[in-house]
Amino acid sequence: MSVGFPLLSLIIWLPILFGIAVFSTGGDHNAQPARWIALIGSILGFLVAIPLYTEFDPTTSVMQFTENRVWFERFNVNYHLGVDGISMPLILLNCFTTPLVVIAGWQVIQQRVSQYLGAFLMMSGIVNGVFASLDAVLFYVFWEASLIPMFLIIGIWGGPNRVYAAIKFFLYTLLGSLLMLIAFIYLYRSSGGSFSIADYHQLSIPFTAQILIFIAFLLAFAVKVPMWPVHTWLPDAHVEAPTGGSVVLAAIMLKLGGYGFLRFSLPIVPDASHYLAEMMIVLSLIAVVYIGLVALMQADMKKLIAYSSVAHMGFVTLGFFLFNAYGVEGAMVQMISHGFISGAMFLCVGVLYDRLHSRQIADYGGVVNKMPFFAAFFMLFAMANAGLPGTSGFVGEFMVIMGSVQVNFWYAFLAATTLIFGAAYTLWMYKRVIFGAVASPAVEGLQDISNREFILLAVLALAVLWLGIYPFPLTDVMHVSVDNLLEHVSNSKL
Amino acid sequence: MNFLPADFTPVYSEIFMLIMVCVVMLTDLAAGEKRRYITYVLTQTALLGCAVITFVTFSAEATHQFSGLFVDDAMADILKIMVYVTVSAVLIYSYTYLKERGILTGELFCLVLFATLGMMVMISASHFLTLYIGLELLSLSLYALVALQRNSIVATEAAMKFFVLGALASGFLLYGMSMVYGATGSLHIAQVSEVIQSGVSNHEVLVIGLVFIVAGISFKLSAAPFHMWAPDVYEGAPTAITLFIGSAPKLAAFAFVMRLLIEGLGEMSADWQGMLVILAVMSMAIGNVVAIAQTNIKRMLAYSTISHMGFLILGFISADWNGYSSSLFYVITYVLMTLGIFAMIMILSRSGFEAENISDFKGLAKRNPWYALMTMLLMFSLAGIPPMVGFYAKFAVLQAVVNAGYVWLAVVAVVFSLIGAFYYLRIVKFMYFDAPETKEPLTVKPDVKVLVSANSLAVLALGVFPQSLMGLSLYAIQNTM
Repeated sequence: MSVGFPLLSLIIWLPILFGIAVFSTGGDHNAQPARWIALIGSILGFLVAIPLYTEFDPTTSVMQFTENRVWFERFNVNYHLGVDGISMPLILLNCFTTPLVVIAGWQVIQQRVSQYLGAFLMMSGIVNGVFASLDAVLFYVFWEASLIPMFLIIGIWGGPNRVYAAIKFFLYTLLGSLLMLIAFIYLYRSSGGSFSIADYHQLSIPFTAQILIFIAFLLAFAVKVPMWPVHTWLPDAHVEAPTGGSVVLAAIMLKLGGYGFLRFSLPIVPDASHYLAEMMIVLSLIAVVYIGLVALMQADMKKLIAYSSVAHMGFVTLGFFLFNAYGVEGAMVQMISHGFISGAMFLCVGVLYDRLHSRQIADYGGVVNKMPFFAAFFMLFAMANAGLPGTSGFVGEFMVIMGSVQVNFWYAFLAATTLIFGAAYTLWMYKRVIFGAVASPAVEGLQDISNREFILLAVLALAVLWLGIYPFPLTDVMHVSVDNLLEHVSNSKL
Repeated sequence: MNFLPADFTPVYSEIFMLIMVCVVMLTDLAAGEKRRYITYVLTQTALLGCAVITFVTFSAEATHQFSGLFVDDAMADILKIMVYVTVSAVLIYSYTYLKERGILTGELFCLVLFATLGMMVMISASHFLTLYIGLELLSLSLYALVALQRNSIVATEAAMKFFVLGALASGFLLYGMSMVYGATGSLHIAQVSEVIQSGVSNHEVLVIGLVFIVAGISFKLSAAPFHMWAPDVYEGAPTAITLFIGSAPKLAAFAFVMRLLIEGLGEMSADWQGMLVILAVMSMAIGNVVAIAQTNIKRMLAYSTISHMGFLILGFISADWNGYSSSLFYVITYVLMTLGIFAMIMILSRSGFEAENISDFKGLAKRNPWYALMTMLLMFSLAGIPPMVGFYAKFAVLQAVVNAGYVWLAVVAVVFSLIGAFYYLRIVKFMYFDAPETKEPLTVKPDVKVLVSANSLAVLALGVFPQSLMGLSLYAIQNTM
């Protein structure tokens, strides 16, 4: 279905324009207007994205809400937008997260407020652009442009080691993307001068070229996901980023990589994907098992959640390369659910950090005595992170495990260990932070969450529970697109 | 044989420029130190007048004039207008800087205009000698400009180095040209091309000539391994002069390569492609890697120039219109970015203080958020990050390289541009992540403020809408070949 109204453009450019407006409010004497404009912009951004879901036709896998205009004809690049069941939920997730991030930074950020909020709004629009692009160059432009605001967010408002983390984040992701650019140019040449992603899906490519293109894509997407062993930027970036930055990183940025696999790697080079599937599965399982163990040993809460993100994203890549419906759909659900859960976990840590200015587990203990509401919310999210049935964390992981049983029992066995490790590292951290005797005078002085924080966590809690109990609204919209993708991937393109 | 009186239309702009140089020189004598702004205004008028003339006499058809010494085609006109705009911007940016340092002299304006005339001749040359005369006019003016700050030891040293190495390069070029003349019996670029095409010339002699010509070109482009002069000259010369050397002459150098290598020796592309590959890879490697170690911003930008020249050369390697137009696009965007960044350095400098170290950018975001934002746009553009225009420049060149079948070269190029991204990011880091070392407010003249903002925003605007400039580059190349 194609509506005449350029809805996707609105979803992309509205946050960016609001971001510029927030930016132009200037110095910190205007902080309050900046906050309000940012909040209105982000909520409007979410509201305009709702028709994307309500008007979406889940019975077809063709691109919907398409827009196509010539952007520059010299290289036949088009401003071509559209969504299917794979990209639409991710856009909604992004639009949903942005207001939360704005609210989360409401009081905490007191320096260069307009720049902070402006950067987040622009980033929100840019990320929508990544998910909605159907032209490889347009995709690349949005993809790279998203690095700039994140770089500034980590570098300006981050922790003590922020400069290192920001530059590491930027260069790591740039390395992968540049090779992807060359792959695009190669495809442009072999498709006879087209940058349309749909054209690439139909293009037959010789095997060696497929392998090379796969590797170029892999570097770009694996860094973003991040997969073991290119995950090392993530803990640094997360630890140093401000709370909002961590939330966006975990909830949104990591999904760009996962989305890339579905939109590019699998359909463009299916033979190479099949050929290298075992390697991908092994890398994913290493992420699940080994990184799960690494997370167990972290003394820093943010680092622990960062590593748990890597482990959870391992499930996503595992699901993709099983090439069955359970696997891919499970991975998609896992991506959305991880967006909610990791976002919520980082917000919880942010709540503690704002009060005590420490992320060390050892500095806490007995928080439940002082912050009972907070402890309840944190409990729910910790359980979801561990994959408790009834929460969204369970649905995705369970579907991926089901999918892997169909392929190989041992894949399923190793993947299922996450239910143990995940519970171990999350609940052990929870126990040390929340329970026990009040650890220090600082903890003694803690105030429970404010109304603002309550709303924030309550919204996320509802999302986590809703997706855990009744995930069909999500799986229904992606079902046809995923089936179509799997069918496409099962055909050789040699 | 009929004697036809020469049609002077194609050279109106050059003649006008020559007259204006004399006018500026004489007027300055009369106006003197106190009223130097008259000289300045007159110089800008000269550039504006040339722009108008070139624009009015524009024709897409190539006109050869003066028994084939001179050509006026679409590429020439477009490049010339770019040169006027660039030189004019350089003067606007430099005025205060030069005045504070007492080198806002009458000679400066004459030399700048002479250099401009030299570039114009180079751009329109269709004969080896015209090309050489234009080049020497440009180079000699530049040597003198570098040495303008007589009391400065570094500037004098830089001028000496520049002069000696530049003279050597010119010698190389002349030697190469004479070999080509020996093999083909002509100095007319078109005739040289015809003779080579007919296959009657001695290939060995041609190749030896070609090697010297390529070496000479690399000197002028400051491509590695002939780049040694660039860091010293960039560092030693007053920043305003560095800006001049680093900007407009690159446009002329592009025309120089086009005329000499493509139009003249295009038939030998199989021979020079290999040489250019080596030059491009070495330039990108040395430029990007060595730039990381620099603490002096001008030196760093010199190495950055070297790496950008490597990218520029990449475009020529494909030896087709696609690559040439990509290179033209690259050089125009490069000049735009160079103008902006050197303008920023001069804005940070004030009387008695030279902003020379990268750390002088520290905390700029707190001192003046607007200029920090503008510098950031330029830096991301230089690093080739979309949506800045620098990305499309790299993109265009890379697609030409891949199109010519050199995928590995494209991979090498992106790996080095990744390394390059680090030192551009470092400036952003200094501006945004570090605290300022001084609270001194920046005093900027309104015209500079407007121009530098327009300059940086153009980098963004051209990045969002690259078609106009890309179309122009394509038009220039297609109507020339």
